[in-house]
Amino acid sequence: MHSYYWITALLIVPLLGAIFVLATKAIEGAAFVIGAVSATLELALALVVTFLYAHSGVAGLSGSLRFVDFSHRSVLAPSFGLAYDVGLDGISLFLVALSAIVILLALVGARERRNEPAFVAWMLLLSTATIGAFVSRDLLEFFLFFELTLIPSYFMIAGWGGAQRAQAALKFFIYTLFGSGFLLVGMIYLAFSAQNQNGGALSFNYSVLQHASITHSSAVWIFVAFAIAFAVKAPIWPLHTWSPLAYAEAPTAGSMVLSALLAKLGTYGLLRYCVLLLPSALHTVQPYLLTLAVIGILYGSALAAVSKDLKRLVAYSSLAQVGFIVLGTVSGSQIGTSGAVLLMFNHGVITAGFFLLIGMVQSRRGTADIAHLRGLQRPAPVLAALFTVVMMASIGLPGLSGFVSEFLVLLGTFATHRWWAVVAATGVIFAALYLLWAYQRVFHGAPDEDNAAISDLETKERLVLVPIVILVVVLGVFPRPVLDRINPTVHANVPASTSVSTK
Amino acid sequence: MAHSSLLIALLPLVGFVLMLILGRSIPERATGWLATGAVAASFVATVVTFFSLLSTSKREVTVNLFSWLSVGSLHVHAALLVDPLSITMCLFVTGISSLIHLYSIAYMHGERDFNKFFIYLNLFVFSMLILVLANNLLLTFVGWEGVGVCSYWLVSYYFEKDAAASAGKKAFIYNRIGDVGLLLAMFLIFQTVHSLDYRTIFSHAGAFSGTVATVTVLALLLAASGKSAQIPLFNWLPDAMEGPTPVSALIHAATMVTAGVYLLVRMSPILALTGSGRATIAIIGGLTAFVAATIATSQKDIKKVLAFSTVSQIGYMVLAVGSGAYAAAIFLMVSHAFFKALLFLGSGSVIHSLNGEQDLRLMGGLKKYLPLTFPTFLVGWLTISGVPPFAGFWSKGDVLTNVYEFSKPLWILGVLTAVLTAYYMSRLFVLTFRGNERFRELTKDHDPHESPWMMTVPLVLLAILSIAGGVLDLPWIHHDSIAGFLAGPASDLSSLTHAGTNAQWVLAGVDIVAALIGLLAAFSIWKSTTPWPKYESSFLERVWRWDDAYDAVIGRPSTELANFAGDVIEPKVIDGAVTGTAVLVRRSAEGVRKLQSGFLRHYALGIVAGMAALVIFLLMRSW
Repeated sequence: MHSYYWITALLIVPLLGAIFVLATKAIEGAAFVIGAVSATLELALALVVTFLYAHSGVAGLSGSLRFVDFSHRSVLAPSFGLAYDVGLDGISLFLVALSAIVILLALVGARERRNEPAFVAWMLLLSTATIGAFVSRDLLEFFLFFELTLIPSYFMIAGWGGAQRAQAALKFFIYTLFGSGFLLVGMIYLAFSAQNQNGGALSFNYSVLQHASITHSSAVWIFVAFAIAFAVKAPIWPLHTWSPLAYAEAPTAGSMVLSALLAKLGTYGLLRYCVLLLPSALHTVQPYLLTLAVIGILYGSALAAVSKDLKRLVAYSSLAQVGFIVLGTVSGSQIGTSGAVLLMFNHGVITAGFFLLIGMVQSRRGTADIAHLRGLQRPAPVLAALFTVVMMASIGLPGLSGFVSEFLVLLGTFATHRWWAVVAATGVIFAALYLLWAYQRVFHGAPDEDNAAISDLETKERLVLVPIVILVVVLGVFPRPVLDRINPTVHANVPASTSVSTK
Repeated sequence: MAHSSLLIALLPLVGFVLMLILGRSIPERATGWLATGAVAASFVATVVTFFSLLSTSKREVTVNLFSWLSVGSLHVHAALLVDPLSITMCLFVTGISSLIHLYSIAYMHGERDFNKFFIYLNLFVFSMLILVLANNLLLTFVGWEGVGVCSYWLVSYYFEKDAAASAGKKAFIYNRIGDVGLLLAMFLIFQTVHSLDYRTIFSHAGAFSGTVATVTVLALLLAASGKSAQIPLFNWLPDAMEGPTPVSALIHAATMVTAGVYLLVRMSPILALTGSGRATIAIIGGLTAFVAATIATSQKDIKKVLAFSTVSQIGYMVLAVGSGAYAAAIFLMVSHAFFKALLFLGSGSVIHSLNGEQDLRLMGGLKKYLPLTFPTFLVGWLTISGVPPFAGFWSKGDVLTNVYEFSKPLWILGVLTAVLTAYYMSRLFVLTFRGNERFRELTKDHDPHESPWMMTVPLVLLAILSIAGGVLDLPWIHHDSIAGFLAGPASDLSSLTHAGTNAQWVLAGVDIVAALIGLLAAFSIWKSTTPWPKYESSFLERVWRWDDAYDAVIGRPSTELANFAGDVIEPKVIDGAVTGTAVLVRRSAEGVRKLQSGFLRHYALGIVAGMAALVIFLLMRSW
């Protein structure tokens, strides 16, 4: 079996699952079973792909971006340049795996909605869309998958969200559409410019466009247009204000997918379609993006500290974490870029863990409002312990996953843009500040009657959190298997920075 | 030897994992003994490693475990560096940890979270050993943060008490501020020598320019002041006394808080490159020693006195490091570990006998009720006060002799601190064991009782070590034995003492006089406590108003800033701008044609129209 079929299978399995779910919606309980089975199958496929990739001799990579042995291209509509073109490399590999993991955990773990056929179908469709965007090797194809994520997310927020769901969904939709407009414009402009300069047919093919010669000023314009789209999705300060509302109002599974996966579409896009596709523009845009990233770290931390709701707190904490990802992504250093890719994965796992745990608190207390929670560690020690693990990973405790990636980002950025890294490094204090303070208010202290009465996690709930704890611990202690896959791709695309800027 | 050194670190980890798995399925006693056994076995492994290290000619072995990280030019191994410095650290860390584990079995008996206590304690020992055994800065940082998080958990062990929860958080955050210093130091070092490996850093020390070396050392000093509770980050340590007393003894006196001093000593080849950096270290250490000693004179809680005393004693160590007397710093660190652990455990025994009371005003006359605690505490008191021939006299004398050579003003500060030390410790001693019995309210009809053997045996052993510890470095008999041992190839720590023998005698005499002044002052002032002598200033009791100042200068303004961001900037400015744009789009659309569609179509249309215009503009631009 040729390896690219595996990727196509990754896109088809959830889609079929969604169709089956809708076809059997009359049968009680079928939605959950089909959803769980498709998501498990998807994860198995993702693991096979990861394993195959790991053994496909990546070490021989050189020069351009290559999707080793996994690429496949078939042109669908030549006149529009529409093509089905998929592939994997060290940057997208683990984001695909992350998608499969998070979707499965969201479907199985976020229990309040998992029996509703429409909800499960939307989740599975979202899985196809997200993974499709990660494996696309064609800009138009990427755009279509990227846009396709919008529809399921919108309906999940609008249909199953909290009290302010209508407002949250609308804001999310408008923001994202606003960004997508820039993405579309930039893409068309890029494709036409490339055709104009190089002749030949109109093509959105990634490697064609990567080698197209376009003027520096055009590259900067396109970079900025793309960056706006990705900045909304990630989100990057100041285009983030949809996210606290959407994360807080979405149901648990929705918050998980929004923050763990859709946010990564933004940072992944920034790396793939801005930094690596338009390297000539990077130098010009770099200071601005680095500054926005650092502001995001500090601003997100400050807002997280004053958040009154746990889900909002995690949303603002994500803003800060995405700041670190962006910092590494645009740092122009190999170490920083590898760190950023690793952080995309780690942040996805950590934030999915946070929202799962908060969902478990919510299902017990009916609220995620910090003022109503107190002393939960005594009645629910296991919940508290698992929350602590995820929290410490987010704070960046060495030995857990968050640290390695954050350290690499800062180390790499320090080499190329010292002062941004110095300011960003203070973010590690603030992360401890807002998370430990929240932990103290929610889990420490003597619980009142309502809080004392809650039950600890059931076995099923614990099992859902096991993969997260394993990923957090294993990637903290032994990150090499993942880094060794990421590095060749990064090394092939990001020039080694020898000069030291003292800006 | 590779095996035994691996076991040093591994055994406490095994204990931790076993306890985590077994949980509450085994009885309390079994957990306690399992944890104690793991650490005691680690001590045995350390002793074995120590002797095999002595028998090697190079006195330095690197044990490579696995490759941890490899990105670009960064290659970091999980590897252990066994050399005289790290093995000295391991010896006293595992030794004292074993005793404190044993003590804790009795002290923590009946606690609700007994298991959790020992789980954290073993994890702590593991982290501490990684900290000292790591062969590179990044792995040291793993241990560094590991001990920090264990400290957080153990300080907030009684998490239902708000004060304990806050103290744990404060300890962690103050440490984090210091951690940023260590991160920055690592960045600078990596950029200079492209490695975080100690051996490589030291062999390329020539690559550091003066400025980079100074900034690096100042960053390391920031790290050390967080972990080792020095100015300006010292005020988390007294709060950390909310933790159980064995934790105070182990983490907040004997081991973790000295990690900053260890880091500075480990990095001594870089310290050697910068005179101004070293001078800053010495000044910070000297000031901290003095300030903390003044505060200790006015504390009413027995553990707070000891906490500030620890801050002050570590100040001496930092002062020694700044003066270039690395061996003296380590000597004081080891002997301090003995006598401060002894004093804390002794105070724990006192607190235990008074059903948990820590207020000195409610003690007194305990001498006759605590037949083992009293004499061992007496040893601890005389040792820290600097009375010969106990270990403290030699180790503190060693530091002060070196400081005398380095800077006369700092030496004077050090001697004044010695007077204060003898004073506050004598005050503590008198108020606890002598005078009238002020505890009757607490114990009601029965007398205070001596602690069980598991608590008193560690006291006796630590007392013996406090008495005998001085022979480690009797300056005129075994000439600079610690310095000689520590002067391994990885760390040239040979003491800089040049004072002639006559000057040494004079300096030793000054030390003795300083101790006697403090002692006599305390005895004359505190011989009667009715009425309570007015020698406690509220300024000193409130820690020079340090917390209040931080709160006013940093705490409240930044809280207000964060609130302002949350209440005004986010909803009004940023979101306002976005909403404003949306409204603008809608109004202009309405101006064109009254649309009856819902919001969504409305906005979408506006955006698509705008985009179309942009596409046209951009396409026009390129052709």
